Amino acid sequence: MSASRPQTEKKSAARGSLLGIEELPASEINRLLLLARKMNPAKTRPLLRGKRVLLLFYEASTRTRTSFEVAAQALGAETTLVISSGSSIEKGESLLDTAYTLRAVGADAIVVRHPNAGAPHLMASYLDIPVINAGDGMHEHPTQALLDAYTILKHKKKLTGLQVTIVGDIYHSRVARSAIHLLSKAGAKLTLCGPPELLPEMATTLVKGLRISRSCEEAVRGADVVMILRVQRERLAGLKVSLPDYVSRYQMTMARLRMAKPDALLMHPGPIIRGLELTWDVADCPQSVIVEEVHNGVPLRMAVLARAMGKAA
Amino acid sequence: MKHATQSLLIRGGRVIDPLARIDAVMDVLLRDGQVAEIAPPNKIRAGAEEKIDAQGLIVAPGFIDLHVHLREPGQGYKETIASGTAAAAVGGFTSVCCMPNTTPVLDSPEWVTWVRQPQRGAVVNVFPIAAATQASKGAVLTDFRALQRTGAVAVTDDGKPILSETTMRDALRASAEINFPVIQHAEDTRVTQNCSMNEGPTSFRLGLRGISVNSEATIVDRDVQLAQQFNGARLHIAHLSTAASLTAVRRGKKNRARVTCEVTPHHIALTDADVVDYDTNFKMNPPLRSAEDREALLAAISDGTVDAIATDHAPHAQHEKIIEFERAAFGITGLETALGLVISVLIAEHKVPLTRIVELFTSGPARVLDLRGRGTLLRGSHADVTIFDPKKRWTFDASKSRSKSHNTPFDGRQMIGKVVATIVGGKIVYRAA
Repeated sequence: MSASRPQTEKKSAARGSLLGIEELPASEINRLLLLARKMNPAKTRPLLRGKRVLLLFYEASTRTRTSFEVAAQALGAETTLVISSGSSIEKGESLLDTAYTLRAVGADAIVVRHPNAGAPHLMASYLDIPVINAGDGMHEHPTQALLDAYTILKHKKKLTGLQVTIVGDIYHSRVARSAIHLLSKAGAKLTLCGPPELLPEMATTLVKGLRISRSCEEAVRGADVVMILRVQRERLAGLKVSLPDYVSRYQMTMARLRMAKPDALLMHPGPIIRGLELTWDVADCPQSVIVEEVHNGVPLRMAVLARAMGKAA
Repeated sequence: MKHATQSLLIRGGRVIDPLARIDAVMDVLLRDGQVAEIAPPNKIRAGAEEKIDAQGLIVAPGFIDLHVHLREPGQGYKETIASGTAAAAVGGFTSVCCMPNTTPVLDSPEWVTWVRQPQRGAVVNVFPIAAATQASKGAVLTDFRALQRTGAVAVTDDGKPILSETTMRDALRASAEINFPVIQHAEDTRVTQNCSMNEGPTSFRLGLRGISVNSEATIVDRDVQLAQQFNGARLHIAHLSTAASLTAVRRGKKNRARVTCEVTPHHIALTDADVVDYDTNFKMNPPLRSAEDREALLAAISDGTVDAIATDHAPHAQHEKIIEFERAAFGITGLETALGLVISVLIAEHKVPLTRIVELFTSGPARVLDLRGRGTLLRGSHADVTIFDPKKRWTFDASKSRSKSHNTPFDGRQMIGKVVATIVGGKIVYRAA
């Protein structure tokens, strides 16, 4: 590491950065999924010994944060966590100045979670180390989409041709955007389902071949994968969505889930709110891979970190 | 600049003066700050201390920009009256109307006077637009009469709308009484909280909350209806950006309401699809709109619905722009790129006649705010002249801008049409190298 002065010119993101699925070629997605299969969290590999991974979290997170930490440590890297409260961010330090500071203390890669869309892109265009997006506003959550694809592939032969239905708050969801890009690139057939306030018609412009349904039953019928998204209760205030109404029309119940294929997977990126977007028994049903998704986050993120440091071979 | 005693002869240029219905090769003599004579080539007998050869160039009345943020008082780190007007001169603007969202807000006769003082160092004419409500808070109207008397040319709460219908009604009633324009920044801010670009496929893809077309159009529609209720009330819609707003303006004009509107160069040069990589130089308010809205603006420019091109020049410092897109300040600079963009888009792509373009920069804006003796080269008018080459191809280099800020999406953009000289009160304030 050199103590170089911060660069003030914009440039393209450093090699190994992962900012979103949209710009990630299908070949890269496949490479990452294959690499994740080779990763064993139980057996520490010193692939990243001596490397320092900075976890910069401007938003609350349980799953993503811990799984990045565990993944980095399983590869022999050191991790440092910086959260907005208790750091200089509270004093008004800008995102780029925080990034320069972390670079200067020896970060070899930065994993960032931020409430604003595009924040990782801003950092990446002013840093010479890889930036990994751990969720930016309503935009993307690329490692979640990758671990979901990884999870599906543990149960299904391939993504191509799979019927995937995503139910819930698509509009506010970075998980949805990343998942849609990934599954579409992989050739899955996508149906989105939710009320217009949470799933505007313009969602169909995101990728080619997207289908929108306002009926949960119709959307789920014959699906290979049913992905439920959290209703972001905190964001409903300004919208004219009533929770009881949402529950009656879109909540995933066993009755609704039975309309999918018998071997359909039930997925949810978490955190789940039982009794709202899904019932208690759906969350724990045999088809549910909700806990497995969290489990798979570790090898997948090991793959992402290894790739970031050029150790993907 | 008001004390020019010299004389200047502009020879052999194609004079385009839409108000005077002149489009011919003419000589123009400026003397003592006025247009002394305008005549066919070589007919002017009187001598002149200085001469400009304008052969092959367009000689137009000095350009007027109805919408500029000069940032003083109080925000000199973004722009000063001196630096902003220097940029205006490069862009061919001989008069700029500056917006009141300064620190403090320009809501008193004292501050209007302050802006107009010679020690501000303006190199072009500055016409202050005062706040319509105290501190632009939208509640209590300012003293329109006193502001008008001190030299304010209009009132607005620009940066924010006059949101309350009651306040707007009172403002338009007062406008009718003293013939004083009210400029509306039409935005229903109740539905644009936390929004940072146009609502559409691009905002959805980028995960940015969208500013709807309706958030502008509903306010324009309401205000046009209000303006019709007060005979003589003058309503001007700032930076109009949507097809739906044009519908309301057309209806108002048809019903003989005194409704006018301006359109910015960037809204006809770009669309929301141009917002890439969260580049905050593409973030402004109103936002870049859809291709359909852009087409509607172009049609309205051609059919005469649009009264003026105005830049909404909005300089911001780097620390306000090189940050997260959603947190970054709205606005881009625009004075130096206006003519090049407008010619590039309107002539090269849409075959709008040059006379119409000159009208949008001169007699159009002069009429909107009643700037007497400006926007024309009729004898006795102010000696404000813009000379430009409508065919010159050039590339804009933001690092060479005279503005204090460089927040522009047009850095490196190729343009057609460049200002050659800017003359204010008979004095050359800018001449291309």
